[in-house]
Amino acid sequence: MIELTKENFDAEVLQAQGLIFVDFWSEKCEPCMALMPEVVAFADKNAGRAKFCKLDTAGNRRLAIAQKVMGLPTLVFYKGGEKVFSFNKEAIEEGGIAAVQAKLDELVGGGM
Amino acid sequence: MSQPYDILIVGAGPGGLTAGIYGSRARLKTAIIEKGRAGGQAATTMEMENYPGFYEKTTGPGVMDQFAAHATHFGTEIIKGQVTDLDLSGEIKKVTTKTGETYQARTVILSPGAQPRTLGVKGEGQLRGKGVSYCATCDADFFEELDVVVVGNGDAAIEEAMYLTKFAETVTVIVIHNEGVLDCNKMSAEKAMKNPKIKWIWNSVLDEIIGDELVEGVRVKNIKTSEISDLDVNGVFVFIGSVPNTDFLQGKVALNKWGYITTNDKMETNIPGVYAVGDAREKYLRQVVTAAADGAIAAVAAERYLEGHVEGRVTPEDLSKLNA
Repeated sequence: MIELTKENFDAEVLQAQGLIFVDFWSEKCEPCMALMPEVVAFADKNAGRAKFCKLDTAGNRRLAIAQKVMGLPTLVFYKGGEKVFSFNKEAIEEGGIAAVQAKLDELVGGGM
Repeated sequence: MSQPYDILIVGAGPGGLTAGIYGSRARLKTAIIEKGRAGGQAATTMEMENYPGFYEKTTGPGVMDQFAAHATHFGTEIIKGQVTDLDLSGEIKKVTTKTGETYQARTVILSPGAQPRTLGVKGEGQLRGKGVSYCATCDADFFEELDVVVVGNGDAAIEEAMYLTKFAETVTVIVIHNEGVLDCNKMSAEKAMKNPKIKWIWNSVLDEIIGDELVEGVRVKNIKTSEISDLDVNGVFVFIGSVPNTDFLQGKVALNKWGYITTNDKMETNIPGVYAVGDAREKYLRQVVTAAADGAIAAVAAERYLEGHVEGRVTPEDLSKLNA
């Protein structure tokens, strides 16, 4: 997964083409740490279908807020530089990574 | 299918981990199924200074890592999975996870924990993760130089309010009681009252959370005068107690009307060989120390139950029958 920062976020996400997935996380967020292995496995499994990135909000707080993210974990899909769908903690807990997979399939079109 | 576990524990919070320590040390084949990271709710709170022996620079995640290391050190297996179904009738119990794995066990200790209660006010759902939070350690960083409100006045609310003052510009605590009355422990109350960054709104409840894409403010209602006032804030932290994670146990073990698992003082549920510990249990005080105590009791009760099923061993029950 590509590590995003305030330096590369514009180029990698907002100016980029295609479907982009961003995991907003931080080390202090226990649920984020618990989720991380599943997110990495999800990214590996779907390699090539979207660009998979993660953003450590520690040190990139203003960037996260500018993206309307003020709670962790948050998983966001961007397309053509626009936010198209976002999962907050509650949605992740409810649907698990399966819901994120379903959303990816829907956004890519055609499924796997 | 492999050999059944002697003790299978559902949930690796402090109660489940302690049951693991006791079970493993009794040389019983013991495993814990945990959906996320070990530690339960205790791992989401930074300020923790009431677990005996740990009071200097200790954190919730730090103490919980020690619990988990302790359990695995003595042989407890921690399995990643989310339990979705259980068959608790019969001598061999079956526990099934979301991904379809089934585990067999001779006893089951339920330690599913609880999760934060939500307010149920307008704006709360859609602004969750956008300024509304139930986890200060997760989200406090975002509120550096910003203003937040805390709803609640128990231990968690007041301790997290103090934690938030390290980040936020102001922390306003909305308290339903009369001025000066807090449900939290006296030591925390005294500390919080002296903290210049904490402001108080008494006799009041949160009525609505306002904001389009991020939290912009809250509407506060005074319960004595019914007066409504608006407050500009960027964050809302809610600590108003918890609800047990027992939906998956409906119809499997006896629950009280609030969904807490009912047990006796041996942590036995209404099903033989099935025990419950920690915050999901009907009990007086929900703390790490009481969850740990529950775990020890349940593991020992499970051990005795298993012994009762070993041929040739005389149990206390046999003796009382002899004396009868």
